[in-house]
Amino acid sequence: MADASAKQVLFEPIFSNNPIALQILGICSALAVTTSMNVTLVMCMAVISVTAFSNLAVSLVRAQIPGSIRIIVQMTIIASLVIVVDQILKAYAYEISKQLSVFVGLIITNCIVMGRAEGFAMKNGPWLSFLDGIGNGLGYSVLLIFVAFFRELLGAGSLFGVSLMPVVNEGGWYVPNGLLLLPPSAFFIIGLAIWGLRTWKPEQVEEPDYKMSRHTAKEAF
Amino acid sequence: MAKAKETVSRTLIVALVLSIVFSVVVSTAAVSLRPAQIKNQNLDIKTNILAAAGMLKQGASAAEIEEEFSRFDVRLLDLDSGEYVEPSEVGVEDPMKYDMYKAASDPAMSTNIPSSEDKAGIKRRPNVAKIFTLSENGELVRVVLPVHGYGLWSTLYGFVSLEGDANTVEGLGFYAHAETPGLGGEVDNPRWKSQWVGKEVYGEDLEEPQIRLVKGGVSADAADREHKVDALSGATLTSRGVQQLVNYWMSDRGYAPFLKKLREGEV
Repeated sequence: MADASAKQVLFEPIFSNNPIALQILGICSALAVTTSMNVTLVMCMAVISVTAFSNLAVSLVRAQIPGSIRIIVQMTIIASLVIVVDQILKAYAYEISKQLSVFVGLIITNCIVMGRAEGFAMKNGPWLSFLDGIGNGLGYSVLLIFVAFFRELLGAGSLFGVSLMPVVNEGGWYVPNGLLLLPPSAFFIIGLAIWGLRTWKPEQVEEPDYKMSRHTAKEAF
Repeated sequence: MAKAKETVSRTLIVALVLSIVFSVVVSTAAVSLRPAQIKNQNLDIKTNILAAAGMLKQGASAAEIEEEFSRFDVRLLDLDSGEYVEPSEVGVEDPMKYDMYKAASDPAMSTNIPSSEDKAGIKRRPNVAKIFTLSENGELVRVVLPVHGYGLWSTLYGFVSLEGDANTVEGLGFYAHAETPGLGGEVDNPRWKSQWVGKEVYGEDLEEPQIRLVKGGVSADAADREHKVDALSGATLTSRGVQQLVNYWMSDRGYAPFLKKLREGEV
């Protein structure tokens, strides 16, 4: 039983309850850091570690946290972890940390991290919370990598910085689609991804807010 | 039990303990990783200088970059007089530690630029700049000058490398900017940057900087082609910014006094 639910907690957020596609959280960074695969992967790892460890820490002290300051306590934990991740990136992955610039710091405001801390870690044990953090981080990552794949391939003709379609500016044949390097393009790709996902899993389609009732009034013609 | 958790004293204790624990965690991380970070930053600056001077090999290791960079002399330069100054005059021991961009925001170490002359859009200019010179057999063969100025969205920071004649461009590169990727961001494009090599900053009288970024490319028989560089397509404002900032820094308000002395062999 415990085994099955651990698996569920870990894998459910990837497709069935994806934080970006279903809960529509964390869109800001999904627009900002998806212009190249390298940067996206590092951002994903940063988010996975922050959600996992903040969930773990919140869950460990959940019995001690007074309700009146619980949000601030969660913020303190999350902010501290993000600073640590930022410092580590600056020390060991300087180039990429320069490209990510403020977006590492902005993980603090990523709704997924806060949402999981408040929604899951406050009510569940440390191990499950840790897995939940990893699962949600992975769900975020899957969508980000999907977006980055198209943006880098069609926007810059390369993947992981390796040129696959030589672009015109460098003497090749491919005219890159500049729109894909701009943030709005991520909206289109996320939108298409959500469409695809909901076609595959129709149970994710939301009920319409209201339905038109049948036309019943009889009119004389 | 649940009641006890909500008392004021309990709340204060939890808040206090939590703050102490996490401030220790954060400061430990910051302090212990500081040396590695500073090393990265310095290496990054050195890499950019070598790249602007066209001396950066593909995939060079950190040690190779350090070695190549050690051939440069780091000099502090008084921009108005065009003379070198001692590091002690700006309050540092090692000239490498002087930060001219920090100095630009210190009223005691910088000058306000009247808006009529502020072509680069930088408002204040430091009095002392940090430049890099390369000498071979006692003769100065290369000088790398930091430049910065406003493009469309952001201030572009970069280096211009000149040959020993203090006129011919050897390379140019920007290491920090936030221009639109794919448009103004193409200032990083190696093919675009390679056009700068061999251009001449000054006209025949060696007075006013003449660099122009022009639309439609520079044909082999264009007039003044030695001063002209193809502008970035779709990035008029970034191109204008680059033209303005190069010309500003090469003017009398920038490095011109120093470059004049360099040509006359006075420094």
